[in-house]
Parts: sequence; structure tokens; C-alpha cells
Amino acid sequence: MPNSVTRDYVISARQLTKHYGDFAAVDDISFDVPAGESFGLLGPNGAGKSTTMRMIGGVSQRTSGSLTIMGLDPEQHGPQVRAHLGVVPQQDNLDEELRVRDNLIVYGRYFGLPLSYLKPKADELLEFAQLTDKAKAKVDSLSGGMKRRLTIARSLINEPKILLLDEPTTGLDPQARHILWDRLFRLKESGVTLILTTHYMDEAEQLCDRLVVVDKGKIMAEGSPAKLIREHSTREVLELRFGSERNTTVAAELQGIGDRLEPLPDRVLIYTHDGEAALEQVTARGLHPITSLVRRSSLEDVFLRLTGRSLVD
Amino acid sequence: MTEKLTHSAAPSSADPLTDADYRITPQTRRFSALYSRNAKAVIARGLRATKSSNWLIMVSGFFEPVLYLISMGVGLGALVGTVVGPGGEEISYAAYIAPALLAVSAMNGAVYDSTWNVFFKMNFAKLYQGMLYTSLGPLDVAIGEIFLALLRGAMYATGFTAVMGIMGLITTPWALLMVPASVLIAFGFASFGMGITSYMKTFQQMDWINFVMLPMFLFSATFYPLSVYPQGIQWFIQALPLWHGVELLRQISVGTFTAATSIHILYYLVMILVGMVLTTSRLRKLFLK
Repeated sequence: MPNSVTRDYVISARQLTKHYGDFAAVDDISFDVPAGESFGLLGPNGAGKSTTMRMIGGVSQRTSGSLTIMGLDPEQHGPQVRAHLGVVPQQDNLDEELRVRDNLIVYGRYFGLPLSYLKPKADELLEFAQLTDKAKAKVDSLSGGMKRRLTIARSLINEPKILLLDEPTTGLDPQARHILWDRLFRLKESGVTLILTTHYMDEAEQLCDRLVVVDKGKIMAEGSPAKLIREHSTREVLELRFGSERNTTVAAELQGIGDRLEPLPDRVLIYTHDGEAALEQVTARGLHPITSLVRRSSLEDVFLRLTGRSLVD
Repeated sequence: MTEKLTHSAAPSSADPLTDADYRITPQTRRFSALYSRNAKAVIARGLRATKSSNWLIMVSGFFEPVLYLISMGVGLGALVGTVVGPGGEEISYAAYIAPALLAVSAMNGAVYDSTWNVFFKMNFAKLYQGMLYTSLGPLDVAIGEIFLALLRGAMYATGFTAVMGIMGLITTPWALLMVPASVLIAFGFASFGMGITSYMKTFQQMDWINFVMLPMFLFSATFYPLSVYPQGIQWFIQALPLWHGVELLRQISVGTFTAATSIHILYYLVMILVGMVLTTSRLRKLFLK
């Protein structure tokens, strides 16, 4: 969005903390999201992403810290805040006792919206979710992908200003994912604020203006995808495969090539400014990988680096 | 209510949101954190769901007290003959236990709806999770669910009263008041039920509810008068809610009203009040974890 500098923060979290017993699911995190931004929470399972989403929706009570959504505390003004939220939870929670179209209409009634608005809106959203011919079907007869699309359609029934998407494309086929990304991109263009959790790095790179990497309830890094890659990874990555038996043993012989080396079970990653040059060094040492690939660094690499999985520095 | 107007006029995609769209004025209404005055949407959902899927379960609930009435009232009643009713008159054993069975059915229905049903929709069907991500607050959900339970209770009570009429167990028009009185009894139990469910974490704990309900059903002067017990046990039974329900409906069924009638009604009014305070105070624990 133009003029994004002057926009208000629609979400502000300060020292946000959530304990379940002794376990800190969210541990002292702070972040701000300006209006119209597409903001991502990236992290492994159990990192605290969903808990953060639930607190934003006001359906989970924080242990300490402060949180405001459009200037209001979601614990004090839950119904009013949620009138402007659309939520796609991680697990579909469609109403199995209602038929497909009724799921949209009844959900809209929860927002107090009139039927004269909801009926055409429901048909429009069914069209978007490619479920028009399933309008009268029972929910449990839908495939996993169809249920996901219906959940996403349902989240748009109140034309939300803030859309919370908790791993929205998990379980969707590639074509459906691209359709959804396109739709989300259009929502973003219309000024809707998107809050997204994902562990698909390509999704985060496609959709997020800015993201935080979270692990064990803490924020590890924050910035735009490009900035995170610049700060936490190298320009290029050389991927080498020596066969699953040999990857770790070969890693020792590769020491000194590139800036950083990461042996994984199926391949060895060499982080370097110049991938081709690094590959020449590898062959010069008499090592011949089965396959080699030079690619740009991605968020995947940032993530591996930050969440600290067996790094060889 | 201005919220609704801005909603229906929400900008289309051709008309991007501005900062002004992101500003909302906080409501200062009491309970606005928990209640959005939209319990009717929860009720409408319940009716629609009943229509499309679980009406068969509903019908089965109607038969339970009827089957008891036939087996105990007609079957066992043939051995018992007539007994002394609330006003001192001789009535058939079936006419004696029928109002008690109605009270039990009101209790069972309300308790089932406000405990097991809520527990299931919360933890397994995840229905409330979806609802609570909308403008609805926990109090909307609670009021809606309790209303649905009472509506169902009123339908059962009407059906059962009709069966009593067909079986010739009704002798006075006062008996029609058993229907609203059943709703009062159901309300008493339902208002407590949700509060109690908020303390439950597992199925094993939920089973404790049945463990309390069954003896209350059997021993609350349902099938024989309270006078068979020694004084101490009488007092204990009289402290329990079901006994008041049984006695209230039994009095109404023959149109005999005494000072005790108002005590029974008062008992339930207090129970509803305390139950609603308990349930409301536990809503956050129940719905917002």
C-alpha cells in the first residue's frame, strides 16, 4: 500500500506471554502490524504460532503482556474485535450438522448480518471456493481440500479487515494453493491486513511483506523475506547429494568451502556468495557428487539457521 | 447497533480500506466482552441443525418417560392399586408417578443438554470454537444453548402431558400448568449444568454427573411418598432439587396448591439465579482457554 509509513498499527503485542501450567507456549513476544500489511509467523510445529493467533482472536486468555487489535483489547472487547476478523483455524471446524451453503449463512448470522446480505454473499463465496455444485451437500461428504476451501470461504463472509490464516493451504493441491494465493493477494490489494502462519517457505515468500521467525515461543528474527535472507543466509546455496550413506562423512572433507556448511541426511548444503565457484572447489578436491544444484538462498535456509538444527559453523 | 450498518455497507474490493476503516469505538456496555446480544443466531443454528440431522434423537427423548409410565404406572400400578394423592384424594398409581416422571425427564433433558452435549460440542465437534471466532460471545452461546434445551424440554413436557391426558390420568385443567413448571425445573438444572461442565476435563469426570443423577431419580419420592424414610433422610431428600420438582408437578397435576407450592417455585427461582451467576462466572474458563 502507498503511504504505509503513516498507517496505524492494527495489531500491537507487547511482552505477550501465554503459559499452560509450567509450559510457556508464547514467551514474551512483541510485534506491531500496520494496517494493510501481510504479516507472517513462521516456525515449526509447537512454536506458539497458533496460540498467538488464538490470543489475537480473543479466544485464548494471555498470561501476561498486552495486546491490542484496532486499538482494543480482544479480551475486553472480544465480540466487537471479532466482528472485523476472519479466521481460518489450523483444523477445519465446519458445522457438520449443516449443509455446505448453510455453513456460510449460519456463520454470517453469528456476526448479526442480515439474510438479504448473506444469501448473495454465500453464493459468491461458493463460486470462489469452487463449491457451487456442492451447495446442498453435507459437509462430511466433502474431500479434505473442499473442506479447507469452505473454511476459507466462511472466513470471508463478514468481509473482514483482518484475516487470520493458520496454515491456510495445508492439505490443498498445488493448483488450489495458487488460486488461494491469488485471492489472498487481491484481498491484500484491497487493504485487508493478513496474518498468516505457515511452515511452507514458498508461501511465506509469496505472501508476506514481513515476518517473524518463532521457535519455542520466542521471536528469533524479524523482517521482510529479503532482509531475513540477507541477514541470516548467503546469496547462494550449493546443494550436493553424495547418496544418503556418504553425506555426513563427505561433509568433513568439504570443510573450508563457502561460508558455512550444513550436512542434512539427504544432502549437504554449502552457503556461499558464489555457488559455481564453490562447486569448482569441491571437484578440485576430487569429490564428485551424484547431483549438484546452485540456487538462491530462501527462507528455508534462514529457518534452518535460526531454529538451530545441527549447524556446522 | 451501528456496527451492523457499517457491516452491510462494507467496502467492496473496488474500494480499498483506509485507516478510518480500521478505527473502532469501544463499546462500554456491560458484559460487552462476553455478550453481543445475538443469542438468537445460536438458537437459529440449533433449530436448523435439528431439522437437517438429529430429529430422530429428539423423538427418542420423548419416549423415555412414556415407557417408564407404561411399565411402572400401568404394569406395577396393577399390583399397587390406588394411593393417596397430594390433596388426600385417592388416585391411581400411574397418576401418582406420572408428574414425577415428567420432573425427572425435565431434569435429565436439561442436564444432558447442558453437560454432555456442551462437553461434546466443545471438545469434539469444535462447534463453539467456530462460533467464538465470530462476533458471538460466550454468553450468547450459553443463552442460546440453554434456550434450545428449554424449548426441547417444553416440547417433551407437552407431549408427555398429552399422553397423560390420553391415558386418563388428568382430571383438572390445572394440569396444563405442568408444561411451564417443567420448563422452570429444566431451567434450574440447565443453568447449573454449564457451570459444572466448565470444571470437567475428561469423560471419566463427566460420568460423575450420572452417578449423582441416578440415585436422585430413584429416591426423590418419585415412586413412593417421602414418609417411608426416617426424618434425617427426609431432610436430605428435601434439600435436593429433584424432590421439589416432583412435588411441584404432583401438586399441579391434581390442582392442589398449598404454601409448599410457592416454596418449590422459590427453590427453583433461587437455583436459576445462583446457577446463572455460576455459569456466567465460569464462561471464560469454559470457552476461553
